[in-house]
Amino acid sequence: MSEYTGRDQGGLSVGIVARQTHTFAEPPSPPLRLESGATLSPVTLAYETYGTLNAEKSNAILILHALSGDAHVAGYHRQEDTKPGWWESMVGPGKGIDTDRYFVICSNILGSCMGSTGPCATNPQTGRPYGLDFPVVTIGDMVEAQRALIDHLGIPKLLAVVGGSVGGMQVLEWTVRFPERVTAAIPLATTMRHSALSIAFNEIARQAIMADPKWRGGHYHGDATPATGLAVARMIGHVTYLSDEAMRRKFGRRLQNREDFSFHFDAEFQVESYLRHQGSKFVERFDANSFLYITKAADYFDLEHRGGSNSAVETFSRAMAKFLVVSFTSDWLYPTYQSREIVRALKKNGLDVSFCEIAADCGHDAFLIPNARLSALIAGFLDRVTHEAGSH
Amino acid sequence: MKPAATELARYDLRIIASWIEPGSRVLDLGCGEGDLLLHLKNTRGVLGTGIEKREEKVAAALAKGLTVLQGDIREEVADYAENTFDYVIVSQTLQQVYAPVELIATLLAIGRAVVVSFPNFSHWKNRLQLLVKGQAPRSPQLPYEWYDTPNIRVITIRDFRRFTRTVGCAILRETAINTHQHDRHGTIVRFLPNLRATYGIFLIGRHQ
Repeated sequence: MSEYTGRDQGGLSVGIVARQTHTFAEPPSPPLRLESGATLSPVTLAYETYGTLNAEKSNAILILHALSGDAHVAGYHRQEDTKPGWWESMVGPGKGIDTDRYFVICSNILGSCMGSTGPCATNPQTGRPYGLDFPVVTIGDMVEAQRALIDHLGIPKLLAVVGGSVGGMQVLEWTVRFPERVTAAIPLATTMRHSALSIAFNEIARQAIMADPKWRGGHYHGDATPATGLAVARMIGHVTYLSDEAMRRKFGRRLQNREDFSFHFDAEFQVESYLRHQGSKFVERFDANSFLYITKAADYFDLEHRGGSNSAVETFSRAMAKFLVVSFTSDWLYPTYQSREIVRALKKNGLDVSFCEIAADCGHDAFLIPNARLSALIAGFLDRVTHEAGSH
Repeated sequence: MKPAATELARYDLRIIASWIEPGSRVLDLGCGEGDLLLHLKNTRGVLGTGIEKREEKVAAALAKGLTVLQGDIREEVADYAENTFDYVIVSQTLQQVYAPVELIATLLAIGRAVVVSFPNFSHWKNRLQLLVKGQAPRSPQLPYEWYDTPNIRVITIRDFRRFTRTVGCAILRETAINTHQHDRHGTIVRFLPNLRATYGIFLIGRHQ
């Protein structure tokens, strides 16, 4: 899925992997109760696992993906696949998250369209896709569903939860929702709450989708999809994931396949052509309604006001995990000051917290890009928490 | 990952390490790549945290499995509750601090005791350079020119003792050392330390 992922240079990979599913909250079991008060039944999560769960079930790491990600973190589904999973550089034998040592799990988030229950799924009441009848889900609901999967896999306590961006929000949510089930947490390039800037970009993206006449109030299934709106939404996203410096380096003012201006409105600049390409690639694999639901969940997420709390310090008073917080210098979507706010709240609770701001000019996307420093410090942190968990 | 070699290269750090009670909670300000913290963790089982400004040093310390925060000392120490630590270590950093009085006061609040070490500016070789050559002293401990030194505070062992009286804290322990061979070896200086020692090391606490 990620434009950054590619074959491992050293040939190290988990190899061929298969997507699995777990369905729960099916009658006669009670439905999944959501934060909004609505219920959902049944619920399916698509997931993949890599490595082997040890006898003590103490080496499991849950990876949480970002907005448009999926359960396919590493390896290949088929021999002929040209691209591996989205975090091939981090997850695999001998890598930052070493599949020779850890049992790695990643599931597609609730509300998404990559195999888990979301607005594309069939509404059992109507026999048709939910569309906008799908209830609004929150980051907390996503984590609640992930907990059901972890129960199903028979894992009493996760060694670590790891994720960037919206995945980082799920990491933080895990540490306060199920503190006794998380030994360590690695939130990357993330925030405790969206700034007005982040909400603004999400809203522009949502408006692009909803303004597309083919969106039709979200009930476009079986018909033409709002591809134009979704492509524009993705273009907006891509701008926020990059940085001034990265865009200067990648595109500058260079023109695409021409020497001079055409005096037309074609994609002339390389940056225009790149964004159009990313937009049209995205609509082939992603659902417009899922985009609406997940961005809304991210906008609602707020650890400063959670369950009656009035501050992040109060929210994290429940947390017990050891933390490694990482930000990137050129990330202007979730700038370093937002990571420092997380760190401060954790410190004030006397929690074990490490923090590093990695110099990277590629913006918010930096956490997805192969980075030896990031891999080394994640490996060192996981090694430590493994030893400390073993000695207690 | 195996525990790294625990022998400390620097003599002054070996002295500091010998002062730390096993199993205590330690904050190391300006921890660099975490050599001292790693040593204390492996040999004395301390619960250590380091603070370091430079990203590459932080990353190296994290890769060793230490708890480290990247940030400015002054800002980072402000977030801790009183008595969070048994020891706060300020090794070879105080001479670079803009507001040492405020910093020491904060450290004495968040830690029960503070270890302070600094290069002794009144070592006889420094004095001689100033007296004979009329130049700002340069030495293995003070290798900088006046225009590129990070050491904005000139501290001597005598000055530091006077400082503790002024700010009203107690000297719990003190040692003066003379180091050589890139500070790898050294001896404790008991006779005329302010003249003969390259470093002063103090353990200070709140007044009883």
